[in-house]
This record gives sequence, C-alpha cells and structure tokens, in this order.
Amino acid sequence: MRYDSLLDAVGGTPLVGLPHLSPGPDVRLWAKLEDRNPTGSVKDRAAAYMVAAAEKEGLLGPGATILEPTSGNTGISLAMVARVRGYQLICVLPENTSAERRQLLEAYGAAIVTSPAAGGSNEAVRVAKEMAAEHPDWVLLYQYGNEANARAHYETTGPELLCDLPQVTHFVAGLGTSGTLMGVGRYLRERVPGVQVVAAEPRYGELVYGLRNLGEGFVPELYDESVLTGRFSVSSADALRRTRELLSAEGLFAGISSGCVLHAALAIAGRAQAAGNRADIALLIADAGWKYLSTGAYGGTLAEAEARLEGQLWA
Amino acid sequence: MAIEVRIPTILRNYTGGQRSVEGSGSTLNELFADLDGRFDGLRGRLVDESGLRRFVNVYLNDEDVRFLGGLEAPVSDGDTVTVLPAVAGGTN
Repeated sequence: MRYDSLLDAVGGTPLVGLPHLSPGPDVRLWAKLEDRNPTGSVKDRAAAYMVAAAEKEGLLGPGATILEPTSGNTGISLAMVARVRGYQLICVLPENTSAERRQLLEAYGAAIVTSPAAGGSNEAVRVAKEMAAEHPDWVLLYQYGNEANARAHYETTGPELLCDLPQVTHFVAGLGTSGTLMGVGRYLRERVPGVQVVAAEPRYGELVYGLRNLGEGFVPELYDESVLTGRFSVSSADALRRTRELLSAEGLFAGISSGCVLHAALAIAGRAQAAGNRADIALLIADAGWKYLSTGAYGGTLAEAEARLEGQLWA
Repeated sequence: MAIEVRIPTILRNYTGGQRSVEGSGSTLNELFADLDGRFDGLRGRLVDESGLRRFVNVYLNDEDVRFLGGLEAPVSDGDTVTVLPAVAGGTN
C-alpha cells in the first residue's frame, strides 16, 4: 500500500482473531492491532484529528507551538504530526512514566516538562493548564476534552471495526481520555442493536490516587457514561498476567494496557460461554510492548514484575 | 463472612488508618449505612443527595457499580468493594 506521507498512513489497522484465548467456537475474541500505526499506538488517530481540527479552526499557524499533558503515547503521536506539519511540541509528562517514552519524545525533538509522580496524569493536566494560561499563543489541544479525539474513532476506528466484524457483540478498550470508547462506542451503538461497550480501567498503586482532597478528582470532559455498558477496574497484577498470556498463547507482543483490556474481555467471554450465548468480542490493542521493556514487565516472575511496576503509569 | 471494603488513602482518616474494613448489607446503600455507624462521616464523603459523588468510583468485585445498579447494586458476603477517587490515570 502506498501513501503520500506518514500522516496518511494512520489507521487501517488489522483485526486478528485470538483463537487460543477464545473460550470456544461461539465465543470469540478479536484484537484490533493499533500498534500498527505510524508511531506504534492508537494515539496517532487522535493526534492527526486534533491537529487537523486546530488547523481548520485557524488555531495552528506555521511554526506554532503545541502544548499537551500526556503520559506518553499521545505525546509521541503529536511529536510525529508536529514534525510532518512543522510545529513545535511541549509535553507535560508525569515523572513516573517509562524511560522509553521520554527517549522517544526527545528523539522527535519535543520539549518535556516533568510533572510530579504523585497524582499521576491529574498533575500533568493541572501543570499544562497553568502553562497554557501563561502562554496564550501556545495551543493546548487537550485530548481529555477535545471532540476531535473521539471523532477520530467515530469516523475511522469504529467503521473499520464494523466492516471487519459485522457480527460484533462487544467492544472492549482501555479507559483514559475515553476518546476511543466514546467514538467507537457511539458508532457501534447507532448501528448494532444490543452491542456492549466495555471500559477496562487500569488500577494503579496508591501513589497515583494521592489527591489532597476528593474535589481534585478528575473525569475527562469527553466521558459520557451513557455510551458504556460496563466498566472494569483491573489491577497491575492481572494486567501483567494477561499481557504475558497474549504473548504465550497468541504470540502477540502488546503493551501492558492491552493486558488490562484482555482481562476484562476474558471476564465477558467467560460469562457469555457460561450462559451459552454467542459472542464476538473486539478488543483494542493500544500499543506494542517495546516502550515497556525497561519496566521489567516481560521478565522474571509476575510478583517481581508487579513490584517493579508499583507507582508507574503503565497505560 | 462479610463484605470487604477497600478504602483509599484519602479517606483513611475516617477508618482510623485502616486500608480495608468489613461491613454488611444486601445493597451498596445498606453497606455504606452499616459502615457509617462505625466510621462516622465516611458515607457522606462517598454519597450525596443525587447518589455517588462525581469524583468517587466504587467497584464491586472490580466492576464499576454505576453499571450494576448504583447504590441499589446487590452485594453479598464474600464480595469485595473497592473505593477509589476518580483520577486522570495514565492511559494517554
């Protein structure tokens, strides 16, 4: 396949069956491999759409500076788009993110501002908003509230999925900004009666929930509970175990958030199997494992890997 | 047997520092009322007039109770209820 530029090669990712992890012929799992995007994650879709929307609105001119709070993948995607389109990028990155993400951002020429580990991405959002207020000429795309983030999935990921799997009964994806779940979820719910849209949410160590008070909590502006039919909280231990199962059972080298998604998908699959219902469960593989090798997620015992991951933002 | 309720750091001042407490009830509402009898004020941090507070997430055996009936979600002995503040997390 031929494309005019790297940006044009975003999307069009394969959907592959997971025959060994599927419970039976009537309850099947399908993985949408979003690591097959230009920078290796699903975030290329949102980055391309958010930048295109800002250009269309006249917010981004030649040489403009983009600012974004991100724990990694969105920053890497934006860094690629910024290179192709000629912008500067500043990322606000929590300090407890993997070394590879930081190295990749630097390789792309992005500037990095570090936010404190305690509070995780909450702090990154707060710092980015403060910086945006001080620099009105910088463009804060703000993935948590940018409609183009969800629209990217409504217009691309959703249609691709339904085209490849018209019999889809469930869609499972990781919950972060909620852009993927909102976009794909709305698209499927408008077209597939009874389809289930399920969020898999990483459950981190206590450090990440270290707010000073509950009023500092955060729900992304994009999040609309009515689009979802269920939401699972998945521990680091379960996410790690499932990430390794993807490798050992299916040969799929995925990032840790995909283990989180698989854990929820297998819970749903088990219920469908027990109830004797047919199910075709699509799950979204947000990225591959490369960026997490330094976390030790793939080596040693699970207990060792879990201990190494404590306090890290692994999704 | 009882229902285990995991308390986030930010609310442990209500439980004397305990990470996990036990309670009983047949719905989440009853469970919270039971806990409030021993941990005064805890319920008020989780629930307001309209239901669960916006920045509070409650999981019943790892599933968000908002999709299981909210405060009317049935609970039973052996269940684990996890309370967490809503945060931006990291998936981005």
